[in-house]
Amino acid sequence: MFAALGDETRLTVLAKLTGGEPQSIARLTVGTKLSRQAVTKHLRVLHDAGVVHSVRVGRESLFELETKPIEGARAFLEGVSAQWENALMRLKALVEP
Amino acid sequence: MNDRIEKTVELSAPVGRVWRALTDYRQFCKWFRAELDGPFVPGQTVRGHSTYPGHEDARFEIAVQSVEPERLFSFSWPAYDGADETCHTLVEFTLEATPTGTLLRVVESGFDKLPSARRLDVFRDNEGGWSIQIGNIATYLADAS
Repeated sequence: MFAALGDETRLTVLAKLTGGEPQSIARLTVGTKLSRQAVTKHLRVLHDAGVVHSVRVGRESLFELETKPIEGARAFLEGVSAQWENALMRLKALVEP
Repeated sequence: MNDRIEKTVELSAPVGRVWRALTDYRQFCKWFRAELDGPFVPGQTVRGHSTYPGHEDARFEIAVQSVEPERLFSFSWPAYDGADETCHTLVEFTLEATPTGTLLRVVESGFDKLPSARRLDVFRDNEGGWSIQIGNIATYLADAS
């Protein structure tokens, strides 16, 4: 139950960050039922996973999505997938009469 | 999914023919684009390198796992994700006879051991599904910059 709630919090935070603009903890908390503490905790998880980084603007920390690791991981898997497709096409050409 | 890649192909060739192309290392080299030191033997390692143009220095060791004639051939080998992070993945070929030839399935699994792939886990919901389309995020952010 707690894990499920945790997931929802994290996904809510992520959904807000996909708007593309860096956001403060306060802004990420507004309009949700989440506590500032819950949002902070999940920002830390996302930060440790390397998908969110913080930017200091004045006295505030703003958070935004890190696109490179997301794109990098996705591109890598797509590359492996494409390599397999090519290899299987060559196998097909080899075994079929 | 970020932990495996699955491909299926229908081949107009008998299972025996496909099996040979997979497990005879000289035939394997032709379509896999690699040069291997020797034959596949269960429980043993074969050294090789890629013959992909531009990647000829990529060396690897293939550790043969299962060899069940005309049914299953599997091995593990290293995956490099371009960020110099590596893990070993398991590659499993399964063969099924069909009226027109052979259904071949390849599953490469274990990518979840890569730190970069684990990062994608934060986008999963608690049932393991994707609740936010990663592709859409990346596209959106790329367009917005």
